[in-house]
Amino acid sequence: MKETFTKGMARNIYYGGSLFFLLLFFALSFDTVSELPDRDNRAAITESVELGKKVWEVNNCIGCHTLLGEGAYFAPELGNVVKRYGSKAAVKAFIMSRPAAGVPGRRSMPQFGLSEEELQGVADFLEYVGGINTENWPPNIQG
Amino acid sequence: MKYQSQSVAKLYFIAAIGLFVGQILFGVTMGLQYVMGDFLFPYIPFNVARMVHTNLLIVWLLFGFMGAAYYLVPEEAERELYAPWLAKLMFWIFLVAGAATILGYLLVPYAELAKLTMNDLLPTMGREFLEQPTITKVGIVIVALSFLFNVGMTVLTGRKTVVTIVLLTGLTGLAVFFLFAFYNPVNVVLDKFFWWWVVHLWVEGVWELIMGAILAFVLIKITGVDREVIEKWLYIIIALTLISGIIGTGHHYFWIGAPGYWQWFGSIFSALEPIPFFVMTLFAFNMVNKRRREHPNKVATLWALGTAVMAFLGAGVWGFLHTLSPVNYYTHGTQITAAHGHMAFYGAYVMIVLTIISYSMPIMRGRTANGPKSQVMEMWSFWLMTVSMVFITLFLTGAGILQVYLQRYSDTPLGFMVVQDKIELFYWLREIAGVIFLIGLILYIMSFFVKHDDEVTA
Repeated sequence: MKETFTKGMARNIYYGGSLFFLLLFFALSFDTVSELPDRDNRAAITESVELGKKVWEVNNCIGCHTLLGEGAYFAPELGNVVKRYGSKAAVKAFIMSRPAAGVPGRRSMPQFGLSEEELQGVADFLEYVGGINTENWPPNIQG
Repeated sequence: MKYQSQSVAKLYFIAAIGLFVGQILFGVTMGLQYVMGDFLFPYIPFNVARMVHTNLLIVWLLFGFMGAAYYLVPEEAERELYAPWLAKLMFWIFLVAGAATILGYLLVPYAELAKLTMNDLLPTMGREFLEQPTITKVGIVIVALSFLFNVGMTVLTGRKTVVTIVLLTGLTGLAVFFLFAFYNPVNVVLDKFFWWWVVHLWVEGVWELIMGAILAFVLIKITGVDREVIEKWLYIIIALTLISGIIGTGHHYFWIGAPGYWQWFGSIFSALEPIPFFVMTLFAFNMVNKRRREHPNKVATLWALGTAVMAFLGAGVWGFLHTLSPVNYYTHGTQITAAHGHMAFYGAYVMIVLTIISYSMPIMRGRTANGPKSQVMEMWSFWLMTVSMVFITLFLTGAGILQVYLQRYSDTPLGFMVVQDKIELFYWLREIAGVIFLIGLILYIMSFFVKHDDEVTA
């Protein structure tokens, strides 16, 4: 590197640039949070959804599935699963019917032994997530 | 070794390597579960294996970073560590807490672990990479703060160099952004939005500062190039990192409910993210070419060059591959993401930790460098692990391209599991590459036990 570009200049770009873009990031984040009420389907959040999110978390569903494309890639996307299955009842029936010992040679979802209330919560939670404005993602119903 | 207290790093490095082995064993297990779905089911279901795989990675890299800091900070600051006893105490606390957490994952169902650790008091569990019980997270904060205090006091009361200031900035950022792990609202969009403040601002932000500082330190030592030159490069690299990487967080905000303008911000800025990695590659090769001494530790030089190249490929090129929003619309959450994740973590963070271990371990064991036999064996492990990781990445990329086409792009999209069956061959090939990686890792460990009888002539 040429002598005209000194260490001091590099340092100033580091401090100035980082600070500027950090502040810009905070500003954009602030704007995002203020725009979310129109996008994030918060009106659909009920006590059942709250329970559902807890059930979702304490059974580590994200360890196999994706939710809005984030998580593990071992099992299907669930952000649009209520639409894909046609109804919350179908989603609940699927979760309930998982064999405890698995399926020979195949991937299988564990049997979590959820109560009716917990099952309903998970289904309500997934339906709520399905109502978030995701800029039309995923591309099709298969997720 | 210039200062006695640097030797605490040895503990941290040994633990890091041990946990690395665990991580890879679970990785190979998961790889098998991809093709033999019922393997170990229901005893170790995939989600548990994955949690162990990713959490062990995070914990051992943190051990590696801490060890690196304890090794290089006294030498840079030209004084003993502020409180070596605290470093030793925190080591044992972190190791026991980490081991207990992993055993918790394996021995009881996750929901039971949540109950046992009173997750309801402050629910933070069950989110990707942040699966640790809340109590473990509190422990991580305590360990991180004690560590920062210890390293910070050493830096502030000693000689301050660019390397230590940058390292300290990165480590402080690591601790600060981790605090967002405690924010877990019911609102999924808010949850995801701030979850990335931990995950992205770690791996595409402050961790790169840590990586840059460690690489700069090792290059100063093995090349003997003037510190002024190396520090200027370091500033340029981390400036580019943060200028591109902070707004680059936006590439995670395309499809999770955030406003559409993130598609512009995220695409443009994350398209710049490969640049700092490219500069890092130029930096490493330039410094080695301009070296003023022939350091007898050849294999440490190999790791230093390797980490720069592989970080550029994995984080830079494979990141760019799917970062533009029109592309990401189809690739988001597929095996393409997995391919990128594997090579990026290996290239940037696994390899930088192995670089500083390779440089400092022989010194802590009382020699400038290992003998030729040991070095050659370590070089073999370098190539086996690195080449097999390239293949893991290529096979997952192949799987990902097919998955995207069959499931998302073709006129007749197929269901997830139908597609998974069709791309099984790629998962088998990935598994074979994974086993070769494991062999490379075994060789790596064996290289520590080669008898040091033949003296190295520098």
